Amino acid sequence: MYTASDLRKGLKIVIDNEPYIVIAFDFTKPGKGQSLYRTKLRNMLTGMVIDRTYREGDTFEPASLEERTMQFLYKEGDQYHFMDNETFEQIAISEEALGDAKNFLTENLNVEVLLFKERPIGVEMPNFVNLRVIKTEPWVKGDTAKTDFKPATVETGYVLRVPPFIEEGELITIDTRTGEYSTRVKG
Amino acid sequence: MSNSVTKNWTLARREKTLRQRAKIIQEIRRFFVDRGYLEVETPHRIPAPVPESYINAIPSGEWYLHTSPEICMKRMLAAGYEKVFQICRCWREGERGSQHIPEFTLLEWYRSGCDYIGLMEECEELIQTVASAIGLGDQIVYRGQKIDLGRPWERISVKEVFERYSPFAMGEALEQDVFDEIMVRDIEPRLGIEKPTFIYDYPAARRALARLKQEDRTLAERFELYIGGLELANAFSELIDPEEQREHFLRENENRQAMGKPVYPLPEKFLEDLEDMPPSAGIALGVDRLVMVLLDVTSIDEVVAFTPEEL
Repeated sequence: MYTASDLRKGLKIVIDNEPYIVIAFDFTKPGKGQSLYRTKLRNMLTGMVIDRTYREGDTFEPASLEERTMQFLYKEGDQYHFMDNETFEQIAISEEALGDAKNFLTENLNVEVLLFKERPIGVEMPNFVNLRVIKTEPWVKGDTAKTDFKPATVETGYVLRVPPFIEEGELITIDTRTGEYSTRVKG
Repeated sequence: MSNSVTKNWTLARREKTLRQRAKIIQEIRRFFVDRGYLEVETPHRIPAPVPESYINAIPSGEWYLHTSPEICMKRMLAAGYEKVFQICRCWREGERGSQHIPEFTLLEWYRSGCDYIGLMEECEELIQTVASAIGLGDQIVYRGQKIDLGRPWERISVKEVFERYSPFAMGEALEQDVFDEIMVRDIEPRLGIEKPTFIYDYPAARRALARLKQEDRTLAERFELYIGGLELANAFSELIDPEEQREHFLRENENRQAMGKPVYPLPEKFLEDLEDMPPSAGIALGVDRLVMVLLDVTSIDEVVAFTPEEL
């Protein structure tokens, strides 16, 4: 059983017998009032997004999902194809159901595919992935290099903010939970 | 080692913000010193925090880390100090979000012979002065919204904001127990959008340590300041009747007990000193949030050197 203070991005809970994943979360509190937990939840079966506000004492049933390690093979249209590393069975997941994970998927990457009653409904990413920068403005030497961000596009097409010293072709580590730059991969 | 290879880039890139934060704090200090306020330091670790239904203190040994310096500062007013201010760290358990951090910085100031209306004016002057000292004019931009700091700021009663923005009237929202949800969902995002907004005269049930209005005992002389939808400050005409204050504390403790939260010992020395407290007003302003608004930063994480998660 979870309580409202356990809510965070990525938590999976059951509402009306269906699994939901928290996709946005913020704690708030009007002056001298009670703690409120504002969430955006995505129904993991239908993809529908709902807004819910919870109070401190509210409790939730965790959504129990089966996890299987699978390898990402390829993308076709809006379907992403994966292969079970043990049974070699292949399955497809829609782009919508993947959510932010689609930003970090590269061929042959191992991920945990989530199944709810045998049905693949999403993936669990490793916390950190390494992706190559394919496009970014060059760094003008002499900049102080620690103040501002610049945009960069990585091999999956995902665009994020990186420090100015990151160059095209470099490998960077991204935190998949926040989608933010974490560090540069040396070598 | 050159800057470009620092590993802790998250911390390194906050430098500009932290420099401006330091400047803002220096300017706040200058503002109060220039006005004859005495800067005070009261203990952070206290035996009895103010019992409030929804504010939880972090235990520290047998005592607690204070959730606000108010009790000690009001005891100073009772002892004859007329104008005092303090900038200090406060702790509130479990408060973590894009606008909350469990260890945060509060500015509190207290003035005897003043009421909450007087504090609204001083609040306007303070923020305008600090903004100008860090090179901002009266027009600031917060989250893409242009906000005019020119005085006077908007003043609306809490009753009116409910009429204007909420599906329920204020009394109805309280009865149906949706006051806070409506505040957060329907009201707060609309406050302080073109000009900073004071909302004042809270229902007596939300009085905290404020005195009730003489002409209408269902309302308390309390206000909150919002800029760009962000709550920045909370102020009262102080309740100085020890008996009324004691009853209120007991009620808050009953609420806490009903919710299964720890009940706090009553701050007896404060209640004793309250008898000597002259009519006064006091205010607590979130310094981290003031920095957010003035520097146009949306997450509190960006205006502190370290978040708890980074320790």
